Amino acid sequence: MKYLDEYRDPDLARVLLDELRRVATRPWTLMEVCGGQTHTIVRQGIDELLPAGIRMIHGPGCPVCVTPLETLDRAMAIAARPDTILTSFGDMLRVPGSHTDLLSLKARGADVRVVYSPMDAVQLARKRPDRQVVFLAVGFETTAPANAMAVLHAEALGLANFSVLVSHVLVPPGMTAILESAACQVQAFLAAGHVCSVMGWTQYEPLAAAYRVPIVVTGFEPLDLLEGILMAVRQLEDGRHEVENQYVRAVHRTGNSAAQDAIRRVFRVTDRAWRGIGTIEASGLTLADDYAAFDAEIRFDVGRLSAVEHPDCIAGQILTGARVPTDCAAYGTACTPRFPLGAPMVSSEGTCAAYFNAGRTRSAAPTAGGTR
Amino acid sequence: MRTAPDPSTGTCPVPLPETERVLLGHGSGGRLSTELIGDVLVPALGEAAPPGPLEDAAIFTVGGADLAVSTDAYVVSPIFFTGGDIGSLAVHGTVNDLAMRAAMPVALTVAYVIEEGFPLTDLHRVAASVGAAARAAGVPVLTGDTKVVGRGAADGIFVVSTGVGRRLPGAAPSAAGAAPGDVVLLSGPIGCHGVTVLSAREGLGFDTDVASDTKPLHRLVEAMVAAGGTAVHALRDPTRGGLASALNEIASDSRVGVDIEERALPIPAAVQAACELLGLDPAQVANEGCLVAFIAPDRADAVLAAMRSRPEGRDAVRIGTATGTDPGRVVVRTAVGSRRVLDMLVGEQLPRIC
Repeated sequence: MKYLDEYRDPDLARVLLDELRRVATRPWTLMEVCGGQTHTIVRQGIDELLPAGIRMIHGPGCPVCVTPLETLDRAMAIAARPDTILTSFGDMLRVPGSHTDLLSLKARGADVRVVYSPMDAVQLARKRPDRQVVFLAVGFETTAPANAMAVLHAEALGLANFSVLVSHVLVPPGMTAILESAACQVQAFLAAGHVCSVMGWTQYEPLAAAYRVPIVVTGFEPLDLLEGILMAVRQLEDGRHEVENQYVRAVHRTGNSAAQDAIRRVFRVTDRAWRGIGTIEASGLTLADDYAAFDAEIRFDVGRLSAVEHPDCIAGQILTGARVPTDCAAYGTACTPRFPLGAPMVSSEGTCAAYFNAGRTRSAAPTAGGTR
Repeated sequence: MRTAPDPSTGTCPVPLPETERVLLGHGSGGRLSTELIGDVLVPALGEAAPPGPLEDAAIFTVGGADLAVSTDAYVVSPIFFTGGDIGSLAVHGTVNDLAMRAAMPVALTVAYVIEEGFPLTDLHRVAASVGAAARAAGVPVLTGDTKVVGRGAADGIFVVSTGVGRRLPGAAPSAAGAAPGDVVLLSGPIGCHGVTVLSAREGLGFDTDVASDTKPLHRLVEAMVAAGGTAVHALRDPTRGGLASALNEIASDSRVGVDIEERALPIPAAVQAACELLGLDPAQVANEGCLVAFIAPDRADAVLAAMRSRPEGRDAVRIGTATGTDPGRVVVRTAVGSRRVLDMLVGEQLPRIC
């Protein structure tokens, strides 16, 4: 397929791998931030092709995985009401909350629908003035502009029956939290290309400088990832710590200003709980005061619901890269894509599901840990 | 016993997956479907349960003749799509299930369940399509049934068809018949039907120039059996659950491993593009007009040539081999040279979010 096959060429992959073998003189530990990158790495087996000593830790960048249990429980409380239609992206439907998931609620009569764009939810609200239409707005900076546009669109249409349940998260504070953690093993980051296509990379420059850590804005195809890894390893070998851009075909330093304007207008920065990690200061987006009328949490009074995680699930340690899925006692036994205990087993971008779907077992998988 | 969940209280931290109700995913042709059949439907039959592995069609003997029977319910939405409709699908699907046991169709039955208020013009179209497809396949529709249910009790129209076929002499393909060393052949491009139906669904908002591949495959099978005879070990048409389900079922029932070359899979550009956009795996998308075959290595070239001599098999390719290692496991050699397991879909195909 044009513009994709070029980035999956096995001959070019071998060239990059040979170069990586030549450049890497010592072991290095890198983290790819985004779940889309994890999906490609595991699906294509890229981590198994890397030279010995180059280790990839899978980061917390799967929006489905880090959406807190409370938000899911709140979404389900809203969906259980007879007067509402709850809409969301497909992946969110199977994520277990405290008691059930949205697909199971649907089987019990709740009106839960998959949409491919938040604008579809706005259109649904227009068509169904008899119902409250709620969009579960999750994701990183990548999905925030479209969700902001949906709110602006609903405002322009004067829709009183549309609202959003917001649980947006921001990448730079998440990376900072990982770097601040005492157990941090990450020596370089592959930053999430699509997040940077919206936000640019100026936010990462102070991070790279303060923590002396190379950051390479990287795409999602196999060659993107191999090139991003190579660029990061070159920096490590040279003792540099800069922000570099591998994903030049999509990302500019300052990002997309129109998208950023929409985010700033509709949302404000807030503290946010990350599932499995905990609350990180100023790491999320919530509706700005001017748009509080569109806040489903207020409209349906579900803000007080709280929840406790399953004790067997080590999602937090997996999301921070401290452990790999095959370290988990529940992996592949009590926890499978059919009966997930934690969110990383649900989304195809979740690290546990990516491992499971690629058939990785305890013996076959690389293990985390071990000091370098 | 579980208690009914109450989302307003937060006492139990254990997420409880739904085990009391049927989910849409139970009809996806993947793991959930297998569970439903294996845990609920077949055990309930007791001594009346079919012996051996579950096949696309069952073989039984009457007066010394090997006959095949298969039944299928068609609930596709929307009912009309590029390349076909629920009527032609109801004929092709059942004819193909018979063909996967090397049986040529001799008779069909067709039953309609129609929702009150369904437009008569649409019923004319569906019925005409059943007739045209049956004539083209050369099989008579001997009997049928019509039921009308109240508004809301069905979604427009459902069609149920049953087929009886006669097995070709000298062939006995079975999902349990594959052997290590077999060559795996695929009769044509994958993913077209699933992507066509998805793109025609309300609200998806993308246009493609893909058409469903729905077509009868019995003449293709006839040509394959003429060229390969008993070397045709296993046949399956990868419908719901796609190629991944078909390969996993054969690997599991035959106790063989399967090695697939990812780059050999014929995936049309439009299917690839739609799958990239929606986060789907083309190997898990439904087909209605292609088959996967496990052929003994010494006859594989002859069978492949026979397939390519027919219009339905014009684009037939070799996609891999059966092995004696890792029985039940399907492994794909990826484009960049690594290997990964190709598993069955769990539930419904869900698009990923970014």
